[in-house]
Amino acid sequence: MNEKNILLAHGSGGRLSHNLVKNMIIPLFSNPALDLMDDSARICVPGGEIAFTTDSFVVTPRFFPGGDIGSLSVYGTANDLAVCGAVPEYMSLALIIEEGFSTDELSKILESIKHGAKRCSVKIVTGDTKVVEKGSGDGIFINTAGIGRLTGYDFRPCVPGDHIITSGDLGRHGAAVLAAREEIFRDNRITSDCGPVFPLVSAVMEEVKSVKFMRDPTRGGAASVLNELAESGSVELKINEACLPLSSSVEGLCEALGIDPLYLACEGRVIFVVGREDAERTVEILRKTPGGEGAGIIGEVTEGRPGRVIMVTKLGGRRILDMPVGEPLPRIC
Amino acid sequence: MKYKDEFSDPALASSLVCRIKETVPDREVSFMEVCGTHTMAIHRYGIKSLLPENIRLLSGPGCPVCVTPVSYMDAAIQYSRDPCFMIATFGDLFRVPGSDSSLAMEKALGGDIKIVYSPLGALDLARRNPEKHVIFLGIGFETTLPAIASAIVYAKEEDMDNFSVLFGGKTVPNVLRVLAGSPDLKLAGLILPGHVSAIIGVEPYRFLASEFSIPCAITGFEPLDILFSIARLLDMVNKGRPEVLNLYPRTVKDDGNTRACDLIQRVFCPVDSDWRGIGRIPESGLAIREEFARYDAARRFPIEVPPGKVHPGCRCGEVLKGVITPLECPLFGKACHPESPIGACMVSSEGTCAAYYKYGT
Repeated sequence: MNEKNILLAHGSGGRLSHNLVKNMIIPLFSNPALDLMDDSARICVPGGEIAFTTDSFVVTPRFFPGGDIGSLSVYGTANDLAVCGAVPEYMSLALIIEEGFSTDELSKILESIKHGAKRCSVKIVTGDTKVVEKGSGDGIFINTAGIGRLTGYDFRPCVPGDHIITSGDLGRHGAAVLAAREEIFRDNRITSDCGPVFPLVSAVMEEVKSVKFMRDPTRGGAASVLNELAESGSVELKINEACLPLSSSVEGLCEALGIDPLYLACEGRVIFVVGREDAERTVEILRKTPGGEGAGIIGEVTEGRPGRVIMVTKLGGRRILDMPVGEPLPRIC
Repeated sequence: MKYKDEFSDPALASSLVCRIKETVPDREVSFMEVCGTHTMAIHRYGIKSLLPENIRLLSGPGCPVCVTPVSYMDAAIQYSRDPCFMIATFGDLFRVPGSDSSLAMEKALGGDIKIVYSPLGALDLARRNPEKHVIFLGIGFETTLPAIASAIVYAKEEDMDNFSVLFGGKTVPNVLRVLAGSPDLKLAGLILPGHVSAIIGVEPYRFLASEFSIPCAITGFEPLDILFSIARLLDMVNKGRPEVLNLYPRTVKDDGNTRACDLIQRVFCPVDSDWRGIGRIPESGLAIREEFARYDAARRFPIEVPPGKVHPGCRCGEVLKGVITPLECPLFGKACHPESPIGACMVSSEGTCAAYYKYGT
C-alpha cells in the first residue's frame, strides 16, 4: 500500500478495500477457507460443512427510510450466508456503544434486530456489549457473526454464454442512505431495499440446477461484485445498460450527484449467474418470490479478456465498468 | 425519467451517427469538449466507440479541480492542519494530491474536513459550529461561482465572523482564447460547456468564430445532445461557415443568467490566474472584492505556501490543453491510477485521465 495511514476509502468496498484485505490481511492468515475471499467461509465440522461469516455495521444515519442499523446488522450477515448457498441458523451480536447513547434508541435498535432475526429465522445465541468513552465511537457500532448449514449445492464455474441476473433494482440502499444524510434530498424518499435474500436464493436453488454464482452487491455496489466475479472466475462479462433495473428516484439522485448507481450498495438484492438455458426461468421464479419482483437479465459471460467487465451503453457504445476506488463523492458542478 | 430517456433514444442516436458518418470529411477532424461533464458523458455513453475513427475528441481544461494549481491544495492542506479551522469542500477535491499530502490523508490524521454539496452547506456548518472557523474551498467556473458569491453575501448580511472562502474561481472565455490560438491543436470545432453557458450566455464566445474561425456548439450532456453537436459542427466545417450555435436552448438563454452574472460581478473582480499545467492566463480568474475581504481566507489568515511540487513525469498540463491524450502520458495507468493519483486529472470525477481509466477508452 502506498498510504501511510488508513483512509476512509479503505472501507468503501472498492479497489482500496480489496487491496487492504488482499495485501495486508490474507497473506498473514492464509488458509484454504480464507483465501477464497468469499462472503462466507466454508468449513468442515464433524457431521458436514458449514458456512461461517462476520460483518460489522456502521451507518449514518442509524435510521433511514426502509431500515435501520439493527435490522441491517442481521440481514447483512444472514445474506452473506445465504449467497454462499447456506441456510442461516445462528448468529452472534456484539454492540459497541458510546457513553451517553440513548437507551430508548438502543431499545428501538434491539427491537429491530429481533424483527430481522425473526424474518431470517435465525437465533441470536451469543453476544457481547462494550461501552466506549464519549467521542470514541459514533453512537453505536454493531458486529454480527453467523453460522449457516450448507445445502450441498454444486456451483460450477462460469462459462461464456451464462447469463447474469439481478433480483431487483440496483443502488437503492446506498441512495437511500445518501439522501437521508442530506437535507436537500430528503423529499426524495428513496426507500432502502434492506431485507433478507434467503427466500430468493432458496427459491432459485430449489428449481434451477445451473446456478454458477450468487452474491449480494453490498458495499461497492454491483460494479464491485461484477469485477470480483470477472477477476476470480477469469471471465469477461458484458453488461447491457438498457436492461439495468434502476428506480427513477435512484437514477435522479445519482444524476444530481454525479454518482454511478452501480457503485451504490444494495442490501436486499442478489446477482446470479446461471446457465443460459435457465436464465428466463430463473427470472420468472424470482419475480414470483417476495423481494424479487424487479428481477431481470442484465448481461452475460463472454469470451474475451478475462477480468474485464464491459458495459454496452444504451446507444450501443462500449466502455469498461471498473471497480470503484473509494466512497462515491458528490461532484462539484 | 422520461425527459432523460428522450435524449438517449437509441434510434435517434443511430440516425445521428449515420449522419455524422456521411458528412465526415476525408481527413482527421479534431473537436474539443471543454467541459469535464462532457468528457465524462462521452466516455460513459461510449460515444467515441460510435464515431468514425478520423473524428478525434480532445478533452480541454474544463474540470475545475484539474486546473487548480497544486499550491492551492497545499494551502488548503496547511489550513486543515490548524485545529482552529474546519475545512468544507466539494467531494472532488478530497482526494486530489497536493505536494506531499491530500485532504483525505489529513482527515485520517485528524484534520477537521467536511464534504458539502454546496457553498450554502458550508455556511450551515459555520452556523452550527460557532467555536470553529469554517473555510470553504471555493473553486469552480461560472457555474459554481454564483453559489459561492451567494454564500459570501449571506455571510456578510448575517455579519458572520467564522466563515471564509479560500477562493480559486476561474472563468472560461480567456482560456479558450489560448486554446484557439494554439498551433499544436488545430481545432476544427469546440463543444462548449452547457452549464457555464447557462450563466454567461452566447456572447462571450463569439470571438471564437469571428477571430479564430472555429465552429462552436453550446450543448447539453445527454447522448443525443453530444451527437447532435458533433453533427452540427461537421456541417459548419463542411460549409466553411463558423458560428457559435446554441444547441442547448432548453437550459441556455442567449444572454445567459443576468442575475447570476450580476452577483458574480458584485462579489468578485477579474484577475490573472494560474492554470495547472497551462500557466498564467490574463483575466481568467476572479478574486474576492475588497468590500468582502473579511470573507477571503487568504487575506484574513495569510500563510506562506511554498511553490507546489509536481511529479516531474506528470503530463497533466498537456492533457488539459488537449495536446496529448492520457494514453500518451508515461505515468497513466502505471504510477498514476485512481487509487494513488499523481495528477488531479486522475482523481477528479470529471478529470480526463479518470474518464479514460474508468471507462477504459
